[in-house]
Amino acid sequence: MTALNARALPLYATIAIFLVAYLICYLQFPAMLSTRVVGNLLTDNAYLGIVAVGMTVVILSGGIDLSVGSVIAFSGVFIAVMLRDTGLHPLIVFPLLLAVTTAFGAAMGGLIHGLAMPPFIVTLAGMFLARGAAYMLTIDSVPIDHSFYDLLQGAYYKMPGGGRLTLIGVLMLLSVLGGMILAHRTRFGTAVFALGGGAQTAGLMGVNVGRTTVMIYAFSGFMAGLSGIVFSIYTGSGYPLATVGTELTAIAAVVIGGTILTGGSGFVLGTLIGVLTMGLIQTYIVFDGSLSSWWTKIVIGALLLLFILLQKGLLSLGQRQRSGAT
Amino acid sequence: MLLSIRELTKSFPGTLALDDVQFDLRAGEVHALLGENGAGKSTLIKCLTGAYQRDTGEIRLDGAPISPSSTLEAQALGIGTVYQEVNLLPNLTVAENLTFGRQPTRFGMVSGRQMRAEAREMLAGYGLDHVNVGRELGSYSVAVQQIVAIARAVALSGKVLILDEPTASLDARETETLFGVVRGLRERGLGIIFISHFLDQVYDLTDRITVLRNGRHIVTGETAAMGRVELIHHMLGHELEEAERRKARHGSGKTLLTANGLGKRGRIHPFDLEVREGEVVGLAGLLGSGRTETADVLYGRTPADRGEVTDANGPLDLRNPRAAIASGFGYAPEDRKTDGIVADLSIRENIALALQARRGWSRPIPRSEQKALADEYIRRLDIRTSGPEKPVGELSGGNQQKVVLARWLAMNPRFLILDEPTRGIDVGAHAEILRLIGELTEQGMSILLISSEFDELIAASDRIIVVRDRTHVSQLVGEDVETGRIISAIAQHEEVAS
Repeated sequence: MTALNARALPLYATIAIFLVAYLICYLQFPAMLSTRVVGNLLTDNAYLGIVAVGMTVVILSGGIDLSVGSVIAFSGVFIAVMLRDTGLHPLIVFPLLLAVTTAFGAAMGGLIHGLAMPPFIVTLAGMFLARGAAYMLTIDSVPIDHSFYDLLQGAYYKMPGGGRLTLIGVLMLLSVLGGMILAHRTRFGTAVFALGGGAQTAGLMGVNVGRTTVMIYAFSGFMAGLSGIVFSIYTGSGYPLATVGTELTAIAAVVIGGTILTGGSGFVLGTLIGVLTMGLIQTYIVFDGSLSSWWTKIVIGALLLLFILLQKGLLSLGQRQRSGAT
Repeated sequence: MLLSIRELTKSFPGTLALDDVQFDLRAGEVHALLGENGAGKSTLIKCLTGAYQRDTGEIRLDGAPISPSSTLEAQALGIGTVYQEVNLLPNLTVAENLTFGRQPTRFGMVSGRQMRAEAREMLAGYGLDHVNVGRELGSYSVAVQQIVAIARAVALSGKVLILDEPTASLDARETETLFGVVRGLRERGLGIIFISHFLDQVYDLTDRITVLRNGRHIVTGETAAMGRVELIHHMLGHELEEAERRKARHGSGKTLLTANGLGKRGRIHPFDLEVREGEVVGLAGLLGSGRTETADVLYGRTPADRGEVTDANGPLDLRNPRAAIASGFGYAPEDRKTDGIVADLSIRENIALALQARRGWSRPIPRSEQKALADEYIRRLDIRTSGPEKPVGELSGGNQQKVVLARWLAMNPRFLILDEPTRGIDVGAHAEILRLIGELTEQGMSILLISSEFDELIAASDRIIVVRDRTHVSQLVGEDVETGRIISAIAQHEEVAS
């Protein structure tokens, strides 16, 4: 059982760090334990959490998707412009958008597999393409003015204590749940882990590497589109310059969540904790009031470093264990 | 007849890899497929497993003609393969590896409990009851992984099992465990094709032998009825010269270096070692006995924490490999794939590597000089290649080893450590490497030779040091250098220890 625990150690570490951090926050500002703060934590980080679930699956497979930040921005602009210019109902625009971003992800996956190109380069190109496409639609911030959006923004469950569990917060939690089932409980998920363990071996064991790769990036594209919808609900507008660098924040959340960047090992649940940890740091800075928001970045940087070191340590521990076993 | 191959021909541009080859496999037999590198073993196996498509000929499984177009299709037909490098995923659990692609699902979700139960069922009878199927495969030894791979292949295919060099990275005890499993499968009526470079294992395990040479079928016969000399004759196609015992010249040369009480806590007990000029010192022992560890402290890979090495001019600095190289040491490590060669670099670049490292990166060796160097060693060591720019990864094992040797020879070291220089290479290349060792010592180079093949040690060494339990236990000189004495030195010590 020791190996099982060792595999899950980064996850435990993430949860422990989150709890300790929360405890420290609580001791200083008891108000931080209120459901209002919890509700806001979920709402403010909903778009990041959703896109990070897609990123987790990509990283588990040994890949990377740098396009998602741009895809979120494109999604917001796409929705805003469509609502402004066509008069279509959001419930028609949403599926349309998701189809576009999913196809975009699938196309990147197809290129990665078909041309045997590194995901880094292909999705980097995708990042510029999506950002450019957003600019093509508009260069301004386009406000979304639709009664259905007012409905979506106003939909929440009032938790005891007055906190609001918003629709987008619930969407994020459902995404995490869906991601957990997909990654850890389906054959597709096992195939994703298999790719992360070694694409050639996975192929020999019967994984359809091409199809799985396409599906992985299509999933990430879908989640980025969903995240874009949530972001548009959150901000009430579409802006082509929005969410620059979000892909890197998502990668940081995935790694802090205990997923190994080279693939093959990790947990979707950890990613949620990673996102919440980063959100918690921001909330603390808001509560403190005197700290510069740059401290968020510094703490995230330190956390990342800590987790990389932790994973490195675990890796060498595992190797020693193997050479010792007979 | 379980499997029968008739008149199989496969050509690649410029070469006829298989020429009218036939092969038969009975149910319930272990059939060795032997031949030098380039004989066509791999091509035959790849035609059988669907990795290659044959040009002409026929493959019948259970009487029905088959033409698998992929490994998966061959697997579904009943032909499973286990390779030297375990082709499973170390980051998945044992159960996931065993049931991969057929995980039991309920409502589209994988049922972990049912999967583990199925996995335990699949492993029953393989002697792996201590294995927890919920653990990652990578946390178990290569031997266990190998057996899991066999269990998966048998469960998936169940008629023909191809074992391609399965024992190359196992020690003697693990090999015996594996053979127990293979014998059990033979009892169950599987047809097993066994490919190995270890002739001892072939005689230990197999019922029949088929030899290929230059893409042609040479002979098939009962293992018990085929003598070793006859077998090697079939494989090489020419009379192998009697392995001649190297003429001992110890005492004639001057002392090159002396190790006094050299050791490293937890790795190797302090030992004394004297090496003379132009001498080959053999290091014999079982896997993990301290052979490689001895080489590592001498070369500074794991610096010694006690003792010192001196030459005529005083103590040598061996704190790290760079320092050891500066002292005129060279080291061709055991695992040439991971430690020896850079597979994607060309022959020229691989040979120039160490020389360049010594010169420092600020003074690159001119390309023309590198090329001249590569050409020289390709000629001197008879490296079979289309040219110096070919990536080393595309060469055969024996030729890769020659490139590693060439790299060190270019440095002109006075003391060269060779750890298993002939592992995994064919009989012909094997003899050439041994001949090279002889030539080098004639030029005054001293060599520390590590090998698990006692015959090889005896043929090449002036003296043999026996290691056991990380201790140098005995030294054999002159008449004493023979297999029986080595074995008794190892065994004797074991009795004392136990």
